Amino acid sequence: MINVLLFAHLRETVGEEKLVIEAEKMSVSDVKAWLEARYQLELSTVMSAVNEEFAMDHTIVQSGDVIAFIPPISGG
Amino acid sequence: MTARFEISSEPLVVDDVTQKVVSRNAGAITVFIGTVRELTKGKKTVSLEYEAYPAMAIKMFEQIEREMHEKWPEAQLAITHRVGKLDITDIAVVIAVSSPHRKIAYEANEFAIDRIKQIVPIWKKEHWEDGTEWIGDQLENVPYRAGAPKEELDD
Repeated sequence: MINVLLFAHLRETVGEEKLVIEAEKMSVSDVKAWLEARYQLELSTVMSAVNEEFAMDHTIVQSGDVIAFIPPISGG
Repeated sequence: MTARFEISSEPLVVDDVTQKVVSRNAGAITVFIGTVRELTKGKKTVSLEYEAYPAMAIKMFEQIEREMHEKWPEAQLAITHRVGKLDITDIAVVIAVSSPHRKIAYEANEFAIDRIKQIVPIWKKEHWEDGTEWIGDQLENVPYRAGAPKEELDD
């Protein structure tokens, strides 16, 4: 299973801060498509991180990994 | 010694951060204090809410430290960023840099806040009198259309 973390407006839109996808292996693009098919989300411009490192759309996520979606940041 | 990089849900104490970079080699310490401002482009903020991805934020602070050491090997860095609800004038972030000489302490501190705004996963939600909004497209931020920030790709 793949763990998905959501923050800021993504978390509020989905209504959950964490989701679990029952899958062995997906690309970041696959996970984006999975979320967009189920929720009113536009993820094409959203960054992602796999196991706390920035990832690319083609990065592979395996069972047990944590993928986080990082909307444009505004700290500081 | 406590960790030099922290995400805190408690009010920040500037001197707690400053003390972490005190060094016998230091001839200067610069401290940047980011505070919650009331007016942004004429619009009145009532309060702010900060949210972080703490585990990754700490890793990104450590990356900023590595980048800083490549430029200025002798500088020392400590950062604490607040999360949760903040009122006007509250402290959102404290960055302390020490170095043997003054100029580097100033430059490295500015480098750190610029990089925080680019790579550290922290988000700000503005609460106005007539609504709320997660802020993500500040002019001072680098917009990422897709993928990772450039510095990551160069690694």
